Order: sequence, then structure tokens, then C-alpha cells
Amino acid sequence: MTRSVKLLLALFAAATLAACSTTEPAEDTTDTTVQQDDATNAEAEALARQRAAEEAERQRIAALLENTTIYFDFDSDAIRSGDMELLEVHAKHIQATGKKIVLEGHADERGTPEYNLALGERRAKSVAQLMRTYGVSASQIEVISFGEESPANPGHTEQAWQENRRVEIKYQ
Amino acid sequence: MKHICKKLMILCIGLVAYTAHADVQIYITEGRDDARPVAVVPFKFESASEVKISPPHNFSQIIADDLERSGKFKPVDISDLPQNPSDITEVDIDAWKELGVDGVVYGVVKETAPGKYMVSYDLIDPYNDKAVMESNIASGSYPLVDQSFHLMVLKTKLVNDDNFRWAAHIAADEIYEALTGERGAFATQIAYVQVDRLAEKPYELNVADSDGFNQTKIFSSKQPIMSPTWSPDANKLAYVSFENGRSEIFIQTIATGQRELIASFKGFNSAPAWSPDGSKMAMVLSKDGNPEIYVMDLATKRLSRLTRHYAIDTEPSWNPDGKSLIFTSDRGGKPQIYSVSLAGGDAERVTFEGRYNAGAEFAPDGKTIVMVHQNNGNFHVAAQDIETGNLTVLTTTSLDESLSVAPNSSMIIFSTVDGRQKVLSAVSMDGRFKARLPANVGEVKAPAWSPFIL
Repeated sequence: MTRSVKLLLALFAAATLAACSTTEPAEDTTDTTVQQDDATNAEAEALARQRAAEEAERQRIAALLENTTIYFDFDSDAIRSGDMELLEVHAKHIQATGKKIVLEGHADERGTPEYNLALGERRAKSVAQLMRTYGVSASQIEVISFGEESPANPGHTEQAWQENRRVEIKYQ
Repeated sequence: MKHICKKLMILCIGLVAYTAHADVQIYITEGRDDARPVAVVPFKFESASEVKISPPHNFSQIIADDLERSGKFKPVDISDLPQNPSDITEVDIDAWKELGVDGVVYGVVKETAPGKYMVSYDLIDPYNDKAVMESNIASGSYPLVDQSFHLMVLKTKLVNDDNFRWAAHIAADEIYEALTGERGAFATQIAYVQVDRLAEKPYELNVADSDGFNQTKIFSSKQPIMSPTWSPDANKLAYVSFENGRSEIFIQTIATGQRELIASFKGFNSAPAWSPDGSKMAMVLSKDGNPEIYVMDLATKRLSRLTRHYAIDTEPSWNPDGKSLIFTSDRGGKPQIYSVSLAGGDAERVTFEGRYNAGAEFAPDGKTIVMVHQNNGNFHVAAQDIETGNLTVLTTTSLDESLSVAPNSSMIIFSTVDGRQKVLSAVSMDGRFKARLPANVGEVKAPAWSPFIL
């Protein structure tokens, strides 16, 4: 935290200096130290920006990797567009680290248990297929369906059903 | 003196409270107005000693409860009976005609030694004085009095403490068959999965008698158990267990507890269904990338594949003729029921009404298929007549699933949600009789009605 505050201050300082340098008339060309300082400041500024961006990206990816569950509509294995980014991040992480995952497919209790076992597998396979298009090797993915047998929420409401129609990414 | 004691003992019987309780209770929620009135007279008890005042269970009450649970009979209240005969010579035919009952059951439980009994019971039809001619009751086996011509059932059995309840269910089956012409299904069992999430092993596969008594644990696990189903000889159960981390099919011999893993292919292994002759098992495997119906020869373990489609194909149920199967497929976009011949060939669609039909089961008489049918967003039990194709919704409960038909095709047991609990429920094939069967502990699901048990 303190580190990022410092970073912000540095950025602010650089910005102020940069602003000064543009408003100052360029007539004082003999002052080479100032010019040198300006160059150094610009470099620092760019570097700081890049670092900040990298840090933000690292934090964004870390936050996405924390989220290992995606949800589905009733009787559907279609991945919602809002989950594409999440799955891409997981896929790149799996690819980069060589980790293995189990994709656990689940269904809500509506309909029949045996059909739902098949539906759970279809959901997990739909996630597996997308991950493979992002470059994950088939040997890194195992698919297991629990159908409606292992609900995240044992209730019998719309809310519970939505929580149960899911695929969980389990890192091994 | 001894005689008086005996009489006192007999008098006491009506007051004895039977403390046995069912693990799964049965409450009739919707009776039929055309249920036929019958009378089941409390059986007389004759003790061998002068200490024991009652048999282990109330034989006549079990018969009365069974008849009532069939939905076809309405036993008269004991307090409204005109007399309490225990022998054909004591029967007052006119009194029963006046009461207006289709049948009268009475009998005697005689203790022959500690824990051993001789049970005699009769069924008479008060209106038919030629009943004995239509029954196969051997002449000479009953005292020849005028009332004897009304006899429909005349039985004497030796039973013990262990098979006492079962013997009463068999008696109820005999009485039911004499009155309806259709075989009774009271001396049968139900297998089901019970889930108690607080237990160390939350998943239990249990078997109980058709009235919910005598629950026996078959298998318990920390991981889910699904889809129990009976072998046609009622000696084995096949089911799906996740004990090794994913779904696999096991066969377990009930008497010995011996288990055999028969399907553990890549992907999932599910929906076992024994062929009517017991030699084969239909199952659903996703080993080739997609759920397909296979038939395994149980002797050789060889598989033959029946379906080839990228859609979900699951929930096979054998036509009782053993030549074809029905199954659920969403090849048309939404789950519907299809039929496929064991000999091969294309699948034919069977259901056309509604957007979601799944989990179909053939009734053992081959005349009807029952299924889970989505109607107004809810899931109900529906029956489709094979000949006419007419579909009738039978229930108003919600989230019905896992249907199983009684071996005499009279009743369907299924899993449903009652308030916040998953419970078993039963409905007659015509939808006019309904009962609820909540468990004492946890939730109960995946019921499977046994075949006839010889």
C-alpha cells in the first residue's frame, strides 16, 4: 500500500515537472542539467506508468483467478459472455504454470437426476473446449459431472438453483 | 379359571399399543371417493403362555393399512363393526350385508411356541353365496355351514417374530387379488437414497418394505449415490456411486452385501437398467465423448452401443418384452422420450406433448409409460398410454423426479419436494389416489420399487 502511494507521488511530481517544462519558454537552452533532468523524469514517468499498469493487471488477474466458479442458464451449457475473460485468464494461467485442473459440472435439481448428470458433463466439457481454444492441453483437464447430487445451495428456490447450475474449476 | 384368563387376554388385545414405527411414514393426501368399503376384524390372539398378551405386530391392522394404501379400499372403522368373528361359524352374514361391505376379513393368531405363531385368516364376500365355488378353496378344509359358501380366501400359515409383518403383507396381497383380480404388491420393497448432510457418511442406500417398515441399510458413503434399480429376481441392486470420485456402476447382492464394480469407463457411468430376463444391463456411458445408451451382457461384460448422436441420450427403460428400450434425448433441442430397438435402427420419438419429458419408465404391464413432464414451469408425473398416445398429468406436486412403477402397475412412487424437504410420494396410475412418504431423518430420493418377491 505504502509503495503504491509513493508511486503515485512520484507520478504526480513527474507530471508537475513535465507541466513546468512545457509552460517554461525554451529560451534557456544553456541549462543542460534541467534538460537532462527532464529526460530522466520522462523516463521515470513512463516506467512508473508501465509499472502501475502491470501492477493493476497483476491484481486484476489475481482477483479473477480467485474466482473459480461460472454459472449457467437452465438446461444450457452456453458460456455467458461475461465469463469469457475469466476463463481466458484461467486458461493462460494453466498454460503458463503447467498445472492440472478438474472441471466439475453441476446442475440444479429441476428435471431428472440422470439427465442432469449428462447436463453437468456437457457444461464442464463446454468450459474444457473453450480452454483448449485458449491453448490449454487436453491432458491438463479432467471433466467430472456431479449432476444435481452435490448442490452448492441445498435450497429449492430460484436463487439456489442459479447457484447450483455451475462449473467449478478445481486446481490439482 | 384358565378360561377366564384367556378371555381377559383376548379382551386386552384391543388396548395394546403397537410401538413399532416406520422409518418412512406414509400419509394419504388424496383418497378416492370410489374406494370400496371392506371390513378387517381385529384378529383373535391365543397365547401359548399366560404372560404374553400380544403378538409382535398387529396382523389385521397391517392388512387394513395395506388395503387402504392401495387407494382401492376403505376399511371400516373398528368401532363401527357389527361383530368380531374369528371363525366362519361365528359370521353373521346379514349383519355384514347391512353394513354394506364388499369383503370381511377375520382371523386368529395362535402362539404355538415362544416367537412362533399359526395364523389363520379368511375373506368372505357377504353378497356372494357361491364365492367358494369361484375360489380354489379345497372342500373339506372348512367346516360346512351356510356361511362357508361366502368364502373367497381361506388360509393358515406358520410364521415367526421375524417374518410376521411380511406374512401380513402376503395376506393383504391374497385378499387384494381375491377382491380385484389383480395381483397385490404389498409384499414388495422399495430401495431409496437417504441423505443426512450432518452424518459422517451422508449418503445411504436403504431398502424398506412397501409400507416403510423394516428399513435396512444396503450401502453408505461420503459421496453421492444415485439411480438404484432392482434385478428382476429382486436379489440384487445396481446403483451409481461416486465413492471413487466420479460416477461408476456397482451391482450389490442384497443378502450377502457383496459388491461388484461393473462400469468404470472414462467419463461418466450412469442410469443402470436390468433387462427383463436379468441377463443384460442397459446403461449410459460418456466414454466415447458423449452420453450414449449401451447394453452390457452381464456374463461376458461385452458392450453394444445402441445410440449414436451428439445430443444427450440417457435414462434407458426396457420395454417389458425385452426387445426395445425407451430413453431421454435432447436431440430435438429439448429432452423428449424416444424408443430404440435392441436389434438396432433409428430411434423413434415417443412423446410430443410439452417441452420437457424425461426419465420415462415402462409400467411392467407394458401398457403405459410414465415420465417427468414439465407443465407451466413445474415438473409433474405424467402417464402416456402406449396404444392411444394420450398423455395425462397425474400430480400437482413440484419437482417430481425418479419415477418407479409398482410391479402390478397400480402405483408410481417418485421423489418430490414438499415445502423445504425432498420426500417420496406415491400416486395411483389414474392419478386419483395420492400419498406422501416423509422420512424421519434427512431427505429421501431415487426410489425404486422392487419386482414381485416370491
